[in-house]
Amino acid sequence: MIEFKNVYKDYGQNHALKGISFSVKQGEILGFLGPNGAGKSTALNILTGYLSATAGEAFVDGVSIFENPMEAKKQIGFLPEMPPLYPEMRVGEYLNFVYDLKNCKISRKQHINDICEVVKLSHVKNRLIKNLSKGYKQRVGIAQALIGNPKVLVFDEPTVGLDPKQIIEIRNLVKMLGKEHTIILSTHILPEVQQVCSRVVVINEGLIVADESIETLTEALEGTRRYIAKICGAEQDVLKLLRSLPVLRSADVIGAQDANSVSYLIESDENIDARVPLFNALAAKGYAIIGLEGVDMSLEDVFVRLVSNKEKREGGKRR
Amino acid sequence: MFAIYKRELKAYFISPIGYLFAANFLAISGLLFSICTLQKQEASSVSTYFEYLIYAFAILLPLLTMKSLSEERKTKSEQLLMTSPVSISGIIMGKYFAALTVFTAALLFNSLNFGLLAKYGNVNGMLIVSNLICLFFIGALFLAIGMFFSSLTEDALVSAIGSIDTIFIMLAVSFLSDISIPWVKSVVDFISILSRYEPFTYGILDITSVIYYVSIAAVFLFFTVRVYERRRWA
Repeated sequence: MIEFKNVYKDYGQNHALKGISFSVKQGEILGFLGPNGAGKSTALNILTGYLSATAGEAFVDGVSIFENPMEAKKQIGFLPEMPPLYPEMRVGEYLNFVYDLKNCKISRKQHINDICEVVKLSHVKNRLIKNLSKGYKQRVGIAQALIGNPKVLVFDEPTVGLDPKQIIEIRNLVKMLGKEHTIILSTHILPEVQQVCSRVVVINEGLIVADESIETLTEALEGTRRYIAKICGAEQDVLKLLRSLPVLRSADVIGAQDANSVSYLIESDENIDARVPLFNALAAKGYAIIGLEGVDMSLEDVFVRLVSNKEKREGGKRR
Repeated sequence: MFAIYKRELKAYFISPIGYLFAANFLAISGLLFSICTLQKQEASSVSTYFEYLIYAFAILLPLLTMKSLSEERKTKSEQLLMTSPVSISGIIMGKYFAALTVFTAALLFNSLNFGLLAKYGNVNGMLIVSNLICLFFIGALFLAIGMFFSSLTEDALVSAIGSIDTIFIMLAVSFLSDISIPWVKSVVDFISILSRYEPFTYGILDITSVIYYVSIAAVFLFFTVRVYERRRWA
């Protein structure tokens, strides 16, 4: 349904995309994952025809976005990072404008009512957009993307700036829309991808570093418990002790030292709770734990994990 | 394009900008009309009124277009327009024609002044009609300049000042036609907005001047489209 072939985008000397390729099958919800500034929005802006690429090709349902943009744009509903709204308009009025703009042929009243029903906007149709909460503005943004019933929906960070309740609602909405549309969901939030998407493309510094099923991503995230422990005592002795403990997989100094304590990043297998053996071992030697907190994996950790898993798999195949 | 035209036209009257423009247009025009014609009590000075009105346009019309594209860029709502199946020229022309409609409506409403004049004096109808036609095309040109500057910046004020300056420079060129060097005079007469306006002050509908105004407006609108295309490729 969507094909990106070796797409480059340069902003002067800055190489935002360095030759990315990926494809999305019909009915898939693809998570487009990457930290801020990775090139996600640039890629999506190229796909939706807002920007042109320096080199490469992009197709939507077999239609080239560069050669036949009018036809390709008809297939896409796009919610940019900042919903493209006109605050002075009423919700219904705005949706009617988008309907005209997209030159839709479906029955106007029925179509707009159906969309308002799906995104739960019916009761605010007569309100001015500027008076709506951020969550509702986001819904209006999604509603405009749905107008014309496009085959592909592209959502660029749709949950940014929303409160937890709104985030859950928007995620559920995206999941529901995924039953009838092919969706690209760009985000820098890992759990969002896990909850909503069926596949993930990870982008970092303008390059695709992983293109995996959601199971592979989950696998990469699971399997390890990580803690940051603040321990009093001589650094080398404590480190030696930690590394000798069979319950721990690894231990490293991460700094944040003060006069009496050092912080360590320690990892154990997921099915082992290392906290009690850790406490006992340190207490036996007279080293005091003055802080212990669990830490989640960062996006960068996931990239490293996904890439190294992939290399292992490919290495295995070659052997 | 029609959807954008409709929305834009409506937006002028949802926000105060359309009303303020019309009110200021009519107030300034009424003042000039009173000073140049009514108080002088001679119908022939109607040409002075029209000439002063052109200078008023230089300030008023950029206020109408200053937000047209810059605001969309600032609020990112242009992403909706640019990712919809509408061409860039369709977007620009939709907005341009909306501004032109507001201006034309104000210009026509303003023509009621001449009814007053006709009631108390002798009015040369052809002279007034040809002047109004010329003013329409000059206004269309100024709006095109305003659209161009609005496409260059996110700041509406910068857009307005840029357009006002450019229009004043284009008007000021006509002062050079007093220079006695013949070739300078002929070049200035050819490019000057005010020199081109002269035939209309005698009631002559000069088609070459109309073509001149339309062509320069088209060039500025073409540049506006190019600005957008360039940004897309930048």
